[in-house]
Amino acid sequence: MSSTHTANPRMTLTTEGDTHVVVTRRFNASPEAVYRAHTEPAIIQRWLLGPDGWTMPVCIHENRPGGKFRYEWSNGKGQGFYITGELIALEPGSRIVHVERMHLPDPTPDNHIETTFQRDGDGTLMTMRMTLPDAKTRAQMLATGMERGMEASYVRLEGLQLD
Amino acid sequence: MFILIADMQNLDSTFAALADPTRRAILARLALGETTVMELAKPFEMTQPAVSRHLKVLEEAGLIVRRVDGSKRPARLAPSGIEAIDQWLEMLRNALARNYDRLDQVLAEINPNQGGNPQ
Repeated sequence: MSSTHTANPRMTLTTEGDTHVVVTRRFNASPEAVYRAHTEPAIIQRWLLGPDGWTMPVCIHENRPGGKFRYEWSNGKGQGFYITGELIALEPGSRIVHVERMHLPDPTPDNHIETTFQRDGDGTLMTMRMTLPDAKTRAQMLATGMERGMEASYVRLEGLQLD
Repeated sequence: MFILIADMQNLDSTFAALADPTRRAILARLALGETTVMELAKPFEMTQPAVSRHLKVLEEAGLIVRRVDGSKRPARLAPSGIEAIDQWLEMLRNALARNYDRLDQVLAEINPNQGGNPQ
């Protein structure tokens, strides 16, 4: 393995215009396998977890156009939140279009997401393009995501003596 | 030595200012440009005095600067506030990256004969 432990060179996260966030990542697996990992609940529950210590005890995913999904996360210490959404278009092995919102517990504005899986050599390039209703919503969503990242760093900070 | 102590105190107030989710969201909003108290109060559904209190904490931590414009005191990010935003984005990247590192392992397990050669 030659990967570094700091920034992951295979993943990019960028903002685009006023309302988009684009994430790309390359995988050493076929587009079909990466697509399955995004649409089969038993597989989703194994990786879509965020910071260390969080689990997804509930993963409902009706895998058909018009189907609904609901993912619930818990940190095992009484904290948690969930996402609900609807699947709009599914092209097995190549594309997923869906809408989702976070419940904190009040629902956030809808995030419209198109995820594509393109063959890239012997692997797959995944591109996830999010569209938020406006610039303010995007700023708040990034702040919320940051908050979950912050939590992991605060846990690390607790172990440090700063005096 | 004195400078070191002063720096540590500044660090404390920065962490205290960042420990509050509303203040982090206010910083994220200010990342889009200079904003008045009134404009901030609306999306956060807070009273203007409540927003002003948060802004005071952020200002004392050196994360924002404010200027006088008639009766208004619009706020914008200070250089250290911009740095804090960058660090958050980095943490968000890391949280996402961790998910995808886990997915790499899952993909290797569900289809071991497939994909690239990890040396």
